[in-house]
Amino acid sequence: MQASIPSIVGQMIVFIAFVLFTMKYVWPPITAAMEARRQRIADGLAAAERGAKALQDASSKSDQALAEARTQAQDILSAANKQATQIVEQAKGTAQTEADRIVAKAQDDVSREVARAREELRKQVGELAVIGASKILKREIDAKAHADVLSDLAARV
Amino acid sequence: MAASPAEYVTHHLKHLSSGHDDAFITMSNWHIDTLIVSTLLGLAFLTLFRIVAVRATQGVPGKLQNFVEILVEFVDNSVKDSFHGNRSFIAPLALTIFCWVFLWNCMDLIPVDLFPLLWAQVYGAMGHDPAHAYIRVVPSADMSATFALSISVFILIFVYSFKGKGVKGFTLEFLTHPFGAKLLPANVILNTVEYLAKPMSLALRLFGNLYAGELIFILIALLPWWAQVIPGLGWAIFHILVVTLQAFIFMTLTIVYLSMAYESH
Repeated sequence: MQASIPSIVGQMIVFIAFVLFTMKYVWPPITAAMEARRQRIADGLAAAERGAKALQDASSKSDQALAEARTQAQDILSAANKQATQIVEQAKGTAQTEADRIVAKAQDDVSREVARAREELRKQVGELAVIGASKILKREIDAKAHADVLSDLAARV
Repeated sequence: MAASPAEYVTHHLKHLSSGHDDAFITMSNWHIDTLIVSTLLGLAFLTLFRIVAVRATQGVPGKLQNFVEILVEFVDNSVKDSFHGNRSFIAPLALTIFCWVFLWNCMDLIPVDLFPLLWAQVYGAMGHDPAHAYIRVVPSADMSATFALSISVFILIFVYSFKGKGVKGFTLEFLTHPFGAKLLPANVILNTVEYLAKPMSLALRLFGNLYAGELIFILIALLPWWAQVIPGLGWAIFHILVVTLQAFIFMTLTIVYLSMAYESH
């Protein structure tokens, strides 16, 4: 067991050299790498948080848009329905008018035809009556003189 | 080696020395074994750390980088806990102390006869008497090494005192603390003792633990071979704790002393 002064001094010099080496060439690069990694991890975590928040925002926005679209679709649908009913209603009205018109025209035609037929008939009946009467009387009848009698007959037919 | 136990022990406790001075404190002997072993150990860990530092990636670290980063972070946190100032010198200092002292202490776990036997062969081959081949490979069991560290720390205590409080502040504290200006001689005596106790306790604690450890290993080596296993194993396992603990204590006390010096209390 011995303490050696020269050894102490020598060891101190070696020690100081080692500490300086550690301080210059070992400590800074390692701690810098550690700090950089820490920063990167922090950045990554922040980015992940931002991403999650953006996703949440986007999903809520899309939900909102979806709801809006749904309302809009509902609106459009109900408007279309309304319009369709209107068109159908209108068509119904037009058809009714047209039908009425046709029916009226037909009735008109029928009544006119009936009147014409009646006129014809009346005429023929008059002639027939004259012919009949002339045959029965076997004599000439002055048609002119009895025209008023005949037309009175025809009017009564 | 047909030596008596006493001769065996003394032989194991002699340094590979540059001179033949047997005094307790020598001015002429260089402890070559301590110097070489401790320097080699220091170069070993510095090389390893330097390799890691050069290859250090801020991406996913490899296993070696992970290991070194754990050490660096552990030391940095220890420093951060008690020292509140610029850590750019004190943290590398603490790391160097921890790793270096740890490796010194680890040399105690190498079988006590391994290096003496190898050295005796080499010494004999160089044409000297192998019986006078002395070598001690545990630097922390040599007071020269532990005092070298603690005296460096002692000097740093003053450096940090001056840095933190200024020369005037330090002198004032030295003269008036803790009893006030009226009891100036008492303050001086107490502070002198306190300041001297720091490097003494720092060096002697480490030296004492490792010297005692080495001595026990030597004594175990004196037992018959079949009786060595259990005590050798037990002491070695216990020593794993001592090795780490003493390195940690030396580092922590260095940090504490320097922060006490830096901050006024």
